[in-house]
Amino acid sequence: MADIESRVRDIIVTELGVEPSKVTPEASFVEDLGADSLDTVELVMAFEEEFGIEIPDEDAEKMETVGDAIKYLTEKEGA
Amino acid sequence: MKELEGAVAVITGGFRGIGLATAKQLADAGAAVAVLDMDESGKESAEAELPGGRAYICNVTELEDVNTAVDAVTEELGPITVLVNNAGVTRDNLLLRMKDDEWNLVLDVNLRGTFLMTRAVSKGMIKERAGSIVNLASVVGVMGNAGQANYASAKAGIIGFTKAVAKELAPRGVRANAVAPGFIDTAMTQKLPKKARETLMGQIPLGKLGEPEDVARVIRFLAGPASSYITGQVLVVDGGMVM
Ligand SMILES: NC(=O)c1ccc[n+]([C@@H]2O[C@H](COP(=O)([O-])OP(=O)(O)OC[C@H]3O[C@@H](n4cnc5c(N)ncnc54)[C@H](O)[C@@H]3O)[C@@H](O)[C@H]2O)c1
Repeated sequence: MADIESRVRDIIVTELGVEPSKVTPEASFVEDLGADSLDTVELVMAFEEEFGIEIPDEDAEKMETVGDAIKYLTEKEGA
Repeated sequence: MKELEGAVAVITGGFRGIGLATAKQLADAGAAVAVLDMDESGKESAEAELPGGRAYICNVTELEDVNTAVDAVTEELGPITVLVNNAGVTRDNLLLRMKDDEWNLVLDVNLRGTFLMTRAVSKGMIKERAGSIVNLASVVGVMGNAGQANYASAKAGIIGFTKAVAKELAPRGVRANAVAPGFIDTAMTQKLPKKARETLMGQIPLGKLGEPEDVARVIRFLAGPASSYITGQVLVVDGGMVM
């Protein structure tokens, strides 16, 4: 099984249709990857599906960068 | 090629009346159709009227039913690209005599049912970057009607809901429109007293009741590519009652 980080990156690349090289840990979904509000909802839904978890709205709102998502999902997965 | 070839259409409240007529129209337009309804006794006859179509028992106010039906249709027919929120009920009473139950049921089936179905189906439409949602409002939601405070509220709510959804989903190529029928000859209106029917008839410039097909053909138009540049609209189908 691929590690969490690459699974997260793959989802971001597919969902947002961006170049893999742009998906750096510091990249902000909205500012750097051009996501609008519906994109971010779709992204969170894709994470939920991939990892079989539910991400509450409060948590989703705090996920601003690729790094935030990787960190959050790693913690969730490890739990 | 027919205009809805390749489309998968779900029609709620589709075992009779406007819903069944709509299912026939959409099937005629080439769509694979699935009718959802809570009336178990009507399933067989609906299936008989829709060769090639599928019928599912589903109460649109039950989240479980909604999710199960949407998953089943998607699995069996493919991604849903047309949704017609047609399931509806009336419980008429004058405001002063209206029971909480009458209010709640009408809001629940018409408005909340439309919300639950749309939420469940729009996820797939967003993914597909394609879809058309048609919600059944009513002229009563536009102009009000004595004895129908519950129904008028629910149908006006559906109009607002339709516009909000149209704006939210437009960037993903998904459209949402409403149809507002006037006085259509179905089980819903056949239960009105004769006198009320006659009075209503007097208010229709075209001088006759509408048939379910009159509404179904408009839904077919809104579901298909002929209306591809229309979203967030309410089309009144009422023989000229409201102008
Ligand atoms: N007939 C009219 O004059 C008229 C006018 C304006 C709007 N409308 C609207 O058109 C739609 C269809 O009306 P119709 O005249 O065909 O009515 P109808 O009563 O003939 O058919 C409604 C169908 O919805 C089903 N249904 C009811 N509650 C349900 C639920 N909780 N879950 C699933 N299915 C449910 C019923 O079993 C029935 O098969 C309704 O939304 C109605 O409000 C009708």
